[in-house]
Amino acid sequence: MTTTNGEFITFDGVHKSFGKNVVLDDLSFSVGEGERVTLIGPSGSGKTTILRMLMTLTRPDRGTIGVDGDYLYHEKRGDQLVPASDGHIRKVRSRITMVFQHFNLFPNMKVLRNVTEAPIHVLGKPKDEAEARGKELLELVGLGDKLDAHPSQLSGGQQQRVAIARALAVDPDVLLLDEVTSALDPELAAEVLDVLRDIAKTTDVTMLLVTHAMKFARDVSHRVLMFNEGRIIEDASPEQLFNEPEHERTKSFLRSVIDET
Amino acid sequence: MSSGLMSYVWEGLGNTLLLTVFGALLGLVFAFIAGLGRSSERTWVRGIAMVYTEIFRGFPSLVLLFALIFIVPTFGYQLNPLFAGILALALNIGAYAAEVVRGAVKAVPPGQIEAAIALNFTPWQRLRKVVLPQAVVAMIPPFTNNLIELLKATSLVSLVYISDLTFSAQLIRASTGETALVFFGLLVGYGVIALFFTAIMKLLERMAARSLGRTVPSGLFGRKEVAA
Repeated sequence: MTTTNGEFITFDGVHKSFGKNVVLDDLSFSVGEGERVTLIGPSGSGKTTILRMLMTLTRPDRGTIGVDGDYLYHEKRGDQLVPASDGHIRKVRSRITMVFQHFNLFPNMKVLRNVTEAPIHVLGKPKDEAEARGKELLELVGLGDKLDAHPSQLSGGQQQRVAIARALAVDPDVLLLDEVTSALDPELAAEVLDVLRDIAKTTDVTMLLVTHAMKFARDVSHRVLMFNEGRIIEDASPEQLFNEPEHERTKSFLRSVIDET
Repeated sequence: MSSGLMSYVWEGLGNTLLLTVFGALLGLVFAFIAGLGRSSERTWVRGIAMVYTEIFRGFPSLVLLFALIFIVPTFGYQLNPLFAGILALALNIGAYAAEVVRGAVKAVPPGQIEAAIALNFTPWQRLRKVVLPQAVVAMIPPFTNNLIELLKATSLVSLVYISDLTFSAQLIRASTGETALVFFGLLVGYGVIALFFTAIMKLLERMAARSLGRTVPSGLFGRKEVAA
């Protein structure tokens, strides 16, 4: 995998605090097109907030976030950056989607409809085309026999795999994975990670992952960013970061995570 | 009972059902407008919705009905009495049911809305495809209570000479002198109608729960919360 555009996603001077608690402190970094970047760090270090900002679920207090040349929260008017309209945000957001820790499948829709609803009603795909693609994706995640099941009839691992199929169905350029196996026991987590490894191998979607599954992070990422107290304290290849971390905080964090698992 | 008296019963029953059904439908419209309005991002929408629910919850239906029948004509417009009855009942029950709508919408987990945003649904699509189908399931049991309250409140219209079941009972009582029997029969009548509406709502509840892949224990009175 080569990165064609080193600045596909850009964070520039992004700041976010909740009350007195500074979550992201003047953060700048970029991610290349097709790059897989894992964000690690202790909880509360701002990793999830980064994904949520890209998904427009949490607004930054200051700074700009760019996606392929467009700003997510700003529009260019002449030489000036003005706050983006809802239409602009929707347009830029259409390139991004997210898989959540708690799956968040729609319980009022059966499995196939969970996957086809957005392609039909957001992307405007014809129903039969969306259904054919939906079945293909559910096949890919190993759930070709569950099209007519209700989400409540599936295990957590199966629900998460449906959520992955649902995310891929909107043809995203950027896939955000927010602790997608944290709510699953190890066996179910493994089946989800296998599916994601497959997707990482067979597609060129840009991925930002927050995960505590370090072996998985090492396998799929091109780069790992270590967060601490709202800042990136180490930015390196997985080999470098996991084998020879430079920062003392990274070493102690990795030790604690590995002890845990 | 003579066929003349029976015709009072049928007319009364018809009007009571009419008031209940149309009062409920119109009340449902008010409830959704006000209930969703109170969850709006716009302050002025929230404000109007709040004023409606707070004011109309506090008005006794009977006084509201008197106002519609006796005050509105002073502005040169005479409401059809049956329509005035439906409107008064709907405004009142709508204010109560608006709180049910608001609560049920609020109870939809935020993760559902976040997933809808991640799929780039418009705000309207989020509401219609994700939030409401789930919220409606939670609304049905409290709506059943509202509906029964509405049914009972319909008896107030007899005081403005609308010939509902209670009004008919008064006529029959006047012409036969059978006070005890007539009122006992009236109580049984309302009780049976209430059971009928409860059964219908129970059916709706079961259909709605099935749309979420859940089941509701069978039986008219087996209304239990079922884990998701």
